[in-house]
Amino acid sequence: MIDNFIINALIAGICVSIIAGGLSCFIVWKKMAYFGDALSHSSLFGIALGIILGFNTTIGTFITCLIFAGFLSFLQNKKIFSNDTLLGILAHASLSIGIITISLSGQYVNLHAYLFGDILTVTSQEIKFFIIAAILVTGSLFLIWEKLVLMTINENIAKAENINTKIIQSIFLILLIVFVATCVKIVGILLITSMLIIPAATSRQITNSPGNMAIVSGLLGIISIFCGVYLSIIADIPTGPSIIFVLTLMFILVLSMYRKN
Amino acid sequence: MLIQAENISVIRNKKEILKNINITIEERDFITILGPNGGGKSMLLKCLLGFYNPDFGSVTKSSKLKVSYTPQDFTIDKSIPIRALDFIMLNKSKKNKKINDIFQELNIENILSQQLSTLSGGELQKILITRSLIDDPNLLILDEPTQNLDVSGQLNFYKFLNRIYDNRNISILMVSHDLHMVMASTKKVICLSNHICCSGEPSTITDDPEFANLFGHDFANMMSLYRHDINHKHNEESGDR
Repeated sequence: MIDNFIINALIAGICVSIIAGGLSCFIVWKKMAYFGDALSHSSLFGIALGIILGFNTTIGTFITCLIFAGFLSFLQNKKIFSNDTLLGILAHASLSIGIITISLSGQYVNLHAYLFGDILTVTSQEIKFFIIAAILVTGSLFLIWEKLVLMTINENIAKAENINTKIIQSIFLILLIVFVATCVKIVGILLITSMLIIPAATSRQITNSPGNMAIVSGLLGIISIFCGVYLSIIADIPTGPSIIFVLTLMFILVLSMYRKN
Repeated sequence: MLIQAENISVIRNKKEILKNINITIEERDFITILGPNGGGKSMLLKCLLGFYNPDFGSVTKSSKLKVSYTPQDFTIDKSIPIRALDFIMLNKSKKNKKINDIFQELNIENILSQQLSTLSGGELQKILITRSLIDDPNLLILDEPTQNLDVSGQLNFYKFLNRIYDNRNISILMVSHDLHMVMASTKKVICLSNHICCSGEPSTITDDPEFANLFGHDFANMMSLYRHDINHKHNEESGDR
């Protein structure tokens, strides 16, 4: 028999993969890889706030990520520094403030778990939360899909066709933040960032339409969760890095198979 | 009348990018905007399209206006896998029965199944224009459509555009740098250098001294050999181009 905690881990992993499947395509298309990374780093401050002030860390993360995204777009409008520079400053500032806050609070917090995550500790309660998040995020993304793809290809064409690009872009950012906030505690900052980049980058090489790229990217995520969890059990290695290792292997495999195309 | 801009001005960083512009686009117009870089051509299009509200003046649109727009410098990122056909149909009604007729009319059926990222500049422009014709617009706005095309590509493109103009009940407003081709195909030329320097039919506009000011006397002489006597002074920034 498979233990309950493994089944929980697999269900959580499937939810994470499905959400990441669609979102990660836009991360790759819009060249936002560093943004996803920075967003998950900033979530540590939210976790710290949640612990100190005694409210749900998911809500804490959601709020800090929102502030992070708001602050970023404010700075972007100043147009003095590139995105790259701004993200570098914000990500590491909020990571440091998060760690300082945790250390000053005097409470013991397993930082290791937040960085690398431990999907094997998911509770049945949290599973419900994951499933709801998966349905909500994927459903919303599906509704704005065509508009968001068109905007990504060319924003001016979208504007000329009366698409409210600001609202669609905000919805996308909020979905991304919901994803980070719900998943960071369970799968860790490292795995979130990887899930937002590697499956889509792998999928791009073997697909020919935006929709297929998202679906295949989700499937690759699910495969990596199954293989990664299995590998972590038989080799007794941490689960998060093990999943990322499988993701990377798949990326290299596809890259070498399809290089000529 | 489809669109009318009355006395519109746009000021950015204390510089007047557009200065008291009046322009009316009628049905069956074929207007080309010429002018130096930084002369406000793209800004004028943005104001007409409603992307940007002018600081002064007003833009009035007819209720029957159905505008479509192809942007400047269209490129497709290789990380996005999408076939030409899927791109054309993005965010469009899938039930449109006239689509295949449009593909046939524009003779692009052979490139529909190709990935957008593998198309040449000319093919991309055709796809963009096909996409903009799907909803049967009565005004086509094009911002430097031939920017990335070589001379034969430009020639092909203008043939393509002329065919669309001839076959459809449509107006065209275009920004372009291809003076020779513009003179040959367009019905009206507007020279814009922050203000409207001169406007008129291609055959008469080349005689305008302002036209020579903008594009050089050699060119004006080459385009036309007679002159008439509309004259006005240019301000310093634009006079030397």
